[in-house]
Amino acid sequence: MAGAASWSFSENDFKQIQQHLQAFLRDSNARCALLVDRAGQLVATVGEPPQFDATAFASLTAADFSANDQLAKMIGENEFASLVHQGEKESMFLADVAKRVILVVLFDQRTTLGLVKLKGKGAVERLNKVFEEMFNRVGAGPTAPEKGLLEGAEDEIDKLFG
Amino acid sequence: MSMINYASREINCKLVYYGPGLGGKTTNLEHIYGKVSPNTRGKMISLATETERTLFFDFLPVDLGTIRGFKTRFHLYTVPGQVYYNASRKLILKGVDGIVFVGDSQIERMEANVESMQNLYDNMSEYGYDLTKIPFIIQYNKRDLPNAAPIRDLQASLNPGWPIEDGAQQKVTPDPMHAGENLIERVDNQWIGRAPYLEAVAVRGDGVFDTLKTVSKLVLKTLS
Repeated sequence: MAGAASWSFSENDFKQIQQHLQAFLRDSNARCALLVDRAGQLVATVGEPPQFDATAFASLTAADFSANDQLAKMIGENEFASLVHQGEKESMFLADVAKRVILVVLFDQRTTLGLVKLKGKGAVERLNKVFEEMFNRVGAGPTAPEKGLLEGAEDEIDKLFG
Repeated sequence: MSMINYASREINCKLVYYGPGLGGKTTNLEHIYGKVSPNTRGKMISLATETERTLFFDFLPVDLGTIRGFKTRFHLYTVPGQVYYNASRKLILKGVDGIVFVGDSQIERMEANVESMQNLYDNMSEYGYDLTKIPFIIQYNKRDLPNAAPIRDLQASLNPGWPIEDGAQQKVTPDPMHAGENLIERVDNQWIGRAPYLEAVAVRGDGVFDTLKTVSKLVLKTLS
């Protein structure tokens, strides 16, 4: 592989992802769910709009998850498929989706960690399916690059940078 | 790993500033943060020690404009330069689309530069990425210092060139930024390629935006 391959998703994929996340929020009574890719980019947000800088939050989430991945390996585990950060009022639950994306759930005292974990498991399974189908559709799996979007746009790119 | 979101019409790319400790990676980001309009950049996050040495990374998102109706959003990261932070440094390379190696021009830092460059090659190859095939540029920083090494010495140590095996690429390619120099050329019967390089004085902002523009343009062109 020359470098990290790019990936893309259509409006349809996006809609499906959002529907699954909305259903999960309804069932779990969590406040907000975010999807973040492993490189730290925010893919989707559903539920109460976060009151913080979501872009920065996404980059820290990916770093947190990656660091924990390495810690898992050091103690002889393949991975920590999910992580929990529990605060006095606000808490977070993070789970791996299709090895490429992280589901981040923000919840408070209106629900319990047990319920979030339980409903989260089903949501992760459904999201896994969506992402796997998405990657398969592009052909060569998750590393298939998106071609053509900027084809012939060299002039525009040059102009952008003066 | 650039991500194209057709729903929000955004292209997201990840750039990493790599290099030896105290070479000016964070200074590059701080200058960009200070100069770019707050409308087009997000918050800068620095995970640093009490003495302001980068512990995990610095992060700054910037919007560079719109192409084909898509917002181009670049996420800039720095890595901790100090040798013993390699585990966390490697994590930041995950999903990288373009790399800027910030070299310290001071003669005394030559060994640290070479060690960091080697470390970059090693960490990239552990992920299965090939540094010679992704957008990669070198910034020689601190050019204003009296003990700065000549560019040709820095080039010889840090950017000596890699063999070009692909016949289609074996043609003399002039370096658009340095007249009379080539990015791809034949040396002693072998075709070699080099990374584009720029000179900078990051504390004054000299060369900082040129670096960002050069690498971002290379990244976007890989999508075209």
